[in-house]
Amino acid sequence: MITKVVMEALSPTMEEGRLAQWLKKEGDAVKTGDVLAEVETDKAIMELPARGDGILRKILVGDGETTEVGNLVAVIAGPDDDIAAVVGQDGQRRASEAPATAARTAPAVSPAAGGEEGARIKASPLARRVAGEKGLDLRRVEGSGPAGRIVKRDVDAALPAPAALTAPAGGAEGWEDVRLSQVRKTIARRLTQSLAPIPHFFLTAEVDMERAAEARDVLNAAGDVRISFNDIVVKVVAMALRQHRACNAWWQGDTIRYFHDVHIGVAVAIDEGLITPVIRHADRKSLRAIAEETGRLAERARARKLAPEEYTGSTFSISNLGMFGIAEFTAVINPPEAGILAVGAITPTPVAHDGTVTIRRRMRVTMSCDHRIIDGATGARFLQTVRRMLEQPLAIVW
Amino acid sequence: MSKTFDVIILGGGPAGYVCAIRCAQLGLTTAVVERDKLGGVCVNIGCIPSKALLHSARVASIIKHDAAALGITTGEVKLDYKVAMQRSRQVSEQNAKGVEFLMKKHKVTVIRGSGVLQKGRKVKVGDDVYTAGKAVVLATGSRVKGLPQVGLEINKTTVISTDEALMLEQAPASLAIVGAGAVGMEFADIFDAFGSEVTLIEVLPRILPLEDAESSAALARVYKKRGIRVLAGARVKGAKGGKTGVTLEVEANGKTESLAVEKVLMAAGRGLNVEDIGLDAAGVTLTDRGFVQVDDALRTTADGVFAIGDIAGPPMLAHKGSREGVVVAETIAGHRPHRIRYDNVPSVTYCHPEVASIGLTEEACKDKQLAYQVGKFPLTANGRARAAIETDGFVKIIRDTKYGEILGAHIVASHASEMIHELVVARENEYTVDEVDLAIHAHPTLSEAVAEAALDSLGRVLHT
Repeated sequence: MITKVVMEALSPTMEEGRLAQWLKKEGDAVKTGDVLAEVETDKAIMELPARGDGILRKILVGDGETTEVGNLVAVIAGPDDDIAAVVGQDGQRRASEAPATAARTAPAVSPAAGGEEGARIKASPLARRVAGEKGLDLRRVEGSGPAGRIVKRDVDAALPAPAALTAPAGGAEGWEDVRLSQVRKTIARRLTQSLAPIPHFFLTAEVDMERAAEARDVLNAAGDVRISFNDIVVKVVAMALRQHRACNAWWQGDTIRYFHDVHIGVAVAIDEGLITPVIRHADRKSLRAIAEETGRLAERARARKLAPEEYTGSTFSISNLGMFGIAEFTAVINPPEAGILAVGAITPTPVAHDGTVTIRRRMRVTMSCDHRIIDGATGARFLQTVRRMLEQPLAIVW
Repeated sequence: MSKTFDVIILGGGPAGYVCAIRCAQLGLTTAVVERDKLGGVCVNIGCIPSKALLHSARVASIIKHDAAALGITTGEVKLDYKVAMQRSRQVSEQNAKGVEFLMKKHKVTVIRGSGVLQKGRKVKVGDDVYTAGKAVVLATGSRVKGLPQVGLEINKTTVISTDEALMLEQAPASLAIVGAGAVGMEFADIFDAFGSEVTLIEVLPRILPLEDAESSAALARVYKKRGIRVLAGARVKGAKGGKTGVTLEVEANGKTESLAVEKVLMAAGRGLNVEDIGLDAAGVTLTDRGFVQVDDALRTTADGVFAIGDIAGPPMLAHKGSREGVVVAETIAGHRPHRIRYDNVPSVTYCHPEVASIGLTEEACKDKQLAYQVGKFPLTANGRARAAIETDGFVKIIRDTKYGEILGAHIVASHASEMIHELVVARENEYTVDEVDLAIHAHPTLSEAVAEAALDSLGRVLHT
């Protein structure tokens, strides 16, 4: 029996995967459930299991190569099965992407069709040539011509700025073209989806962190779990969201989904970008539990081991660049969420306090709001609650 | 008559009337305000009647030069400009009536008079004020203009514009034409054929200055051979007029000569009809070049007011204006039309041989430092051209070296105006020279020269 091994959707947002490493080689006998290869998805490194028994007869996508979800990557079959037809089908598809024959619109696999032979790509001959030359996959390009036809300007727009224009002729200055990792591609796609169509507005508040700092010192002196300022912010924001349901929502086009539960996405920097593990029910968890969970998730995120449920489903997000000394910044909304809070560094600042100028630890937070969901006053009231709770950290135990 | 429409269009030329038809097709109630004849300059005193006269000129030329070789014996050939002119007027009238019929067919209201834009999408015509619910479209076009600074104000007798040239009862014995763009070239062809002694004066270094240098050179050769005097890089320093003629002082190649002619035809530039239509008061601003300022959807600076055609900016061509009319109508109706590719508007001069082009000239490719290959095919090697004694000319295609993109195409041929569209379609659809070659061309046709030029750019020409 012949079993096609296809690139599987190993995360909910995955559209293509990089075959990091084959763990089996051609000729190996495999059983259902055996791990065939490691695949780098947009979020993590996952295992690609065998879905049939037999011999791994043919590997079509080599180590380090990237392919669409649904594309054939290998064939498992009995020793005498004729796999030429299965392999040939794929070979034809590949040829259709090569520049020399690009004009012969052979059917290309549509990612949505999950491996079925899909609709042909509408693209001009010139667009095909440029894309072929530059190694750009036309299925990744949105067409702006009649009926969505891909024309040259679409390909130009999808290409990175040409190196020739940025590089001096002599080649005296060095640079490196680095292929986009799956994570970087996802960040680029998701965030472009965010900034362009979402009507953003931004609210900034300065928060006095003296009492929060005192509270944190006391807690850290007493306990075995180290609590960070970010943990306090996560807890406070989660509690404030419970009071301000309007900010704990998703934009869904025709409806707005207001959540009863609060799940906070916490942006974590990893080597290749960032990922947002989710602290579920953060409003109901103790500071200590949040601190522990954040630490554990961040570690797993950096090791690229997060399971899909650990980084999806957040209802609001927090991004903290305070540790880099960033005083204040704006973060890009993680759609479909209604907002994100950007947390800056805690900085000793001279302020008027009780009639004199004193130095106090202050922190700036900036909330990016999707105006389709949150109005100015709504966002401002939420931020006011966040500020009050941070300034009166006892509120946390209420 | 109702005084409220969805759309009111000022001007019934090729931009305005086409816009009106498209508006009507999209279910908008539409009015066109026209002070003169429907069809505008194009139909009445421009494109259409001049083509009728050029046809007379071409037939005359064939009879004079080729009849004997074609096996046709003629008696004395007499030319009567008046008859040719009258036929051209009939053609114009038929076309203007055609536009009127189209307005009726599409239930577009035609308001006779001069429209003046008012604030708030209103248009005043005489004492009546009409209101546009959705938009006002300005399509008032352009007109001929003289050169008063050198004494060449149009006086309609000895210093004339095309308006008068199209109505003359006889061809002048001698004619100086100032300006060798499309208009100057066409009238030089017409009056040369009707026996006038023609001098063509162009201030820029070559005739047809906007075309590829090879096209200019080809036409300069043909015109000189026909006996038309061509003065390029020549400046008119002054003009002295009498009742029976004009003496021009022309400076060329560092020498000044005096040129006495019966008439001077001004064919240098056009004036825009942007005065007295209420632009200032309505908040419509102009660019520093005098065009109406528009954004990429052809919106002016006044809310709900669009501008199309000549006043909206160059190229000042009927077909560009018509397309703008369609696009604006669709925008008003809430559609999202495809944007106009202003770099893909063909340019045609209907002299003989015709000159047509699309895209960049070779000089422009050089200026832009593009890597390009030129393919060229002469009509002397084309069977159909030989059969018709129409071997003057060539097809030249400039392609991008790497991808084969058609950067520009230039045709000099008896039917260049018809041949260019293959390359317009190719460019619009981003076909490369390979696709132009792959499309099988009927034999024998002039269009085979297009495929051969594409092949030549690839180094694979078959027939030279």
